[in-house]
Amino acid sequence: MPIPEVADGFTGSVTRLALGTGPDEGGTRTSTVVVGGSQNVVYGGAPADAGERPVIAMDVLDVRPADWPDVLLGPFDRVADDPADWAKMCVEDCGADLVCLKFDGVHPDKADKDAEHAVRVTEAVLNAVGVPLVLWGSGNDDKDNQVMPKVSGAAKGERCLIGTVTEDNYKSLTAIALADDHCLITEAPLDINIAKQVNILVSDMGFPLERIVTFQSTGGLGYGIEYAYSIQERQRLAALGGDKMMAMPAICDVGYESWRCKEAKLDEAPGWGPTENRGPMWEAATAVCLLQAGVDIIRMRHPKAVATVKAFIDELWNGSSEA
Amino acid sequence: MALTGLEIFKLLPKGNCKKCGMPTCLAFAMQLAQKRAKLEDCPLVSEEAKEKLAAAAAPPMRRIVFGSGEHQVQVGQETVLFRHEEKFHSPTAVATTVSDTLTGEALTDRLNTAKALQFERVGTQIGIKAIAVCNESGSAEAFAKTCAAVKESCDLALILVSDLPEAMAAAVKQTAQCVPLLAGARTNTADGMAKIAKDAGCPLVARAGSLEELVELSEKIKAAGVEDIVLNLEAPTLSDQLYGLSRMRVLSLKKVFRPLGYPTLSFVGDGEATRQGAIAISLACKYSGIVVLDTAEPWVNLPLLTAVMNVFSDPQKPVQVEPKVYAIGEPDENSPVMFTTNFSLTYYTVESDVENSRVPSYILVVDTEGTSVLTAYSGDKLNEKTVAQAMTKHGVEDLVKHRKLIIPGYVAVMSGKLEEATNWEVMVGPRECSMLPKYLQEVWK
Repeated sequence: MPIPEVADGFTGSVTRLALGTGPDEGGTRTSTVVVGGSQNVVYGGAPADAGERPVIAMDVLDVRPADWPDVLLGPFDRVADDPADWAKMCVEDCGADLVCLKFDGVHPDKADKDAEHAVRVTEAVLNAVGVPLVLWGSGNDDKDNQVMPKVSGAAKGERCLIGTVTEDNYKSLTAIALADDHCLITEAPLDINIAKQVNILVSDMGFPLERIVTFQSTGGLGYGIEYAYSIQERQRLAALGGDKMMAMPAICDVGYESWRCKEAKLDEAPGWGPTENRGPMWEAATAVCLLQAGVDIIRMRHPKAVATVKAFIDELWNGSSEA
Repeated sequence: MALTGLEIFKLLPKGNCKKCGMPTCLAFAMQLAQKRAKLEDCPLVSEEAKEKLAAAAAPPMRRIVFGSGEHQVQVGQETVLFRHEEKFHSPTAVATTVSDTLTGEALTDRLNTAKALQFERVGTQIGIKAIAVCNESGSAEAFAKTCAAVKESCDLALILVSDLPEAMAAAVKQTAQCVPLLAGARTNTADGMAKIAKDAGCPLVARAGSLEELVELSEKIKAAGVEDIVLNLEAPTLSDQLYGLSRMRVLSLKKVFRPLGYPTLSFVGDGEATRQGAIAISLACKYSGIVVLDTAEPWVNLPLLTAVMNVFSDPQKPVQVEPKVYAIGEPDENSPVMFTTNFSLTYYTVESDVENSRVPSYILVVDTEGTSVLTAYSGDKLNEKTVAQAMTKHGVEDLVKHRKLIIPGYVAVMSGKLEEATNWEVMVGPRECSMLPKYLQEVWK
């Protein structure tokens, strides 16, 4: 029996977006990253419809992590006090496509560092590595509104991905990201309606849709990943259906969420296998699972987990017999 | 695919005898198409018409069952491409390989390792569902012997993997009563394998390198009398396999293309354990009904099984945790007590942040029918009465000497009434539980 034709009938696609600028565009990046562009659901149609390959942004914290389990901190112990060295290790040893500078230390309940510190760290990391940067605030609205505009200014012209902005707190960072020519991360709490609303608010301020990346929030494997999974699938379907307000590439925070999980970090767990394998595999599994739903940028932490996910992406994207 | 009224009309006697209660056969056909009438109401319908109508009503993806007793495995009968459209019905069955080159202690060790791949999560047992015995020896005798040994020492369902009909026949003779899945038939062994499957009443895997070959093979096996078929696309690359599986899913569900209307099985193959784990998760999410792994490492299988559990959960039904008191760390009579709801996501977030605080605590989980704090409060499922009842029911008074209860910041408004209802001092906790560690370390002290 002949196989029937399958027509998808999708009219839209995911926006394509370039991060980082080299000297010809006024920046200092030695490599740039393009994400998005998918014209189908994950594995729908042909590999040519899949757009750009997903990329990994490795987390670098602005201060030594206070609460990372030993298995996770171990590989970074030598560099954890120096974000520049840490970033170098991510790029040179682990092959990170992007470095995500996470300003944990700025949070008033953590190290309560000031804007000057954040700017210094940003400049040091920009000098240390050539990949584009993701600049991610502490999550405290007031403090981020003081600090992130200065961080944005310190990286002006480098076309970073900066965030996050939320429904309740978007104005100051959106304005400065627009002025400094960065791309912006819009955040929503696993709620597709709020996700769209933030994008509308931000674009009402004149921020171009093609410079937005969405962050839908992430659930760790075993701890709500199914919510993130379905929201990412619905976001992709909305984009393919032609909804311009949902057509952005998506970022997810796998590193933080997966290392909160008991299964990743519990030392005494008979029958679960050693933590040094289990923790990184839990992180890699969370990332691979979300890749099936359609995400474009994955924030990750452990070098072994990054290696597993990179190998998976490489095998998948290099290996079509039709290509 | 459902037939239209006119298509059904063509199959009816067209005599307008009115015995069905309708004025004409066409009217009856229209009612049938809308499922408002039953075919049995027509006393004159031909056997041929009955068959055709039944076939059209069959689900687009067949349900396949193998194994026996409480270890029976069900795959197939999927109805959607995306879980949010309805739900996925048959969680991907994970299987572990056992080579027939293993004997004695090595075989026992391997089986024990595989058997240990059972875990408990959120009160539910998750684990591998089958052992795939692989005929690596190339010997029919060794294969049959190993299959018999595995059957003896392990209750899990069996998948018999051999390309040699004589080895398959010998192994089936040893194991037929527990209904193994036979993997399987290729184009050159289709006749022999189909006969074995048909005679033993076992489902059969069709194995081919492309969709076109797979279609041809599944039709051939079906024509040979085997109804229960599982499809194994052995694509040359991972990309080909994943795109192929997606295309098969679309063809079976959206086009009701019967030759591909069966569940699928995939071998993850060898390679590093981490690679197997990543690929297996991808295959499980994207439409492989059974995945077979060589690695029996628990640290690979646990995340894989968890991913299957999560992705195959019902999106309409919030996952709940059991309402009771959870002890985090080793709390004593002076430890803090707080409550939250039994929506799993809410509970896990609170649990994780309490763990991070390193302050041993009790978390009382109030039954709010799986809703979050604010939703439960708005729906009146979380109020001073439900909290007080939960405290009594789970004996919170006996756990601690103090009488201080930490409540979620979002329901600070219920403090007064709750103090009256319980006679406990209410302490309003943070709104976001990421602030719990600081709260427990500083405010609680």
